[in-house]
Amino acid sequence: MQFSKVSGQKRQHKVVLYALSTCAWCKMTKQFLKDNDVEYDYIDVDLCEEEDKQKIREHIQSKGGPLSYPTTIVDDNVLITGLRKDKLREALGL
Amino acid sequence: MTEITLEMVRQRAQADARTYGYYLNPDPKFLQSLLEGLKRNEERYGYPSCPCRLASGNFDVDRDIICPCDYRDPDVAEYGACYCALYVRKDLHEGKTEVKPVPERRPLEKQSKAYSAATVTPEAKPVPTKEEAKPSGIKPKLWYCKQCGYVVFRDEPPYTCPVCKAKKEMFSEIKTRIDFTG
Repeated sequence: MQFSKVSGQKRQHKVVLYALSTCAWCKMTKQFLKDNDVEYDYIDVDLCEEEDKQKIREHIQSKGGPLSYPTTIVDDNVLITGLRKDKLREALGL
Repeated sequence: MTEITLEMVRQRAQADARTYGYYLNPDPKFLQSLLEGLKRNEERYGYPSCPCRLASGNFDVDRDIICPCDYRDPDVAEYGACYCALYVRKDLHEGKTEVKPVPERRPLEKQSKAYSAATVTPEAKPVPTKEEAKPSGIKPKLWYCKQCGYVVFRDEPPYTCPVCKAKKEMFSEIKTRIDFTG
């Protein structure tokens, strides 16, 4: 699976973002993380191969999340569905 | 095939919002992003499926998420905006209420099909029985507008009448009965 890395100064958490290339909420989430200087890895699920889509689905569901985008997973533990700035700030200590 | 322009997508959305009594997202940048997403989906799938949902690329599977999606009316009624927030209620358009993320209403079994497109070829698709046809439990009914007589077949009456702009409350259900005699 080919994740894209966006560099930032805040690297204390491992942030994985599952997004869609066409989604406005996903775009805003990417911008929010960038504005806050958070380093993160993202993948646009709609551009993935079938096999990777399955893996992403399993990953999101294993964390108890709905199949909704954007989905942000912090430290492979906290799952945040949608652009929830309050929850993102809390999980990332912003 | 004619080229799909952003302006075409915008005009279509605007016309649809006007017809059904909705407004478009008030944030110009956010709106632009949604319209670009719709354009991209129409280019790659041949239909403008929701930019914020994973589509399968199979028309039959994605039918319910083609914009305006089947979930727009209940979402605008409950949250003031549809799932992707392209269509919003007047108070959100005017900035009186904040536009917030809307939880997914689409049934999981439908969402799941976008992750395994190979299994949903038309041949493999089982024919739904009468009971299975609407897993949500809501059955479409006939509704008529008491003001102008417009008739529509759907789960709930529309937000406003697309013909005379009467409010949802002006709609009544048409009860049909079929008698077999002889």
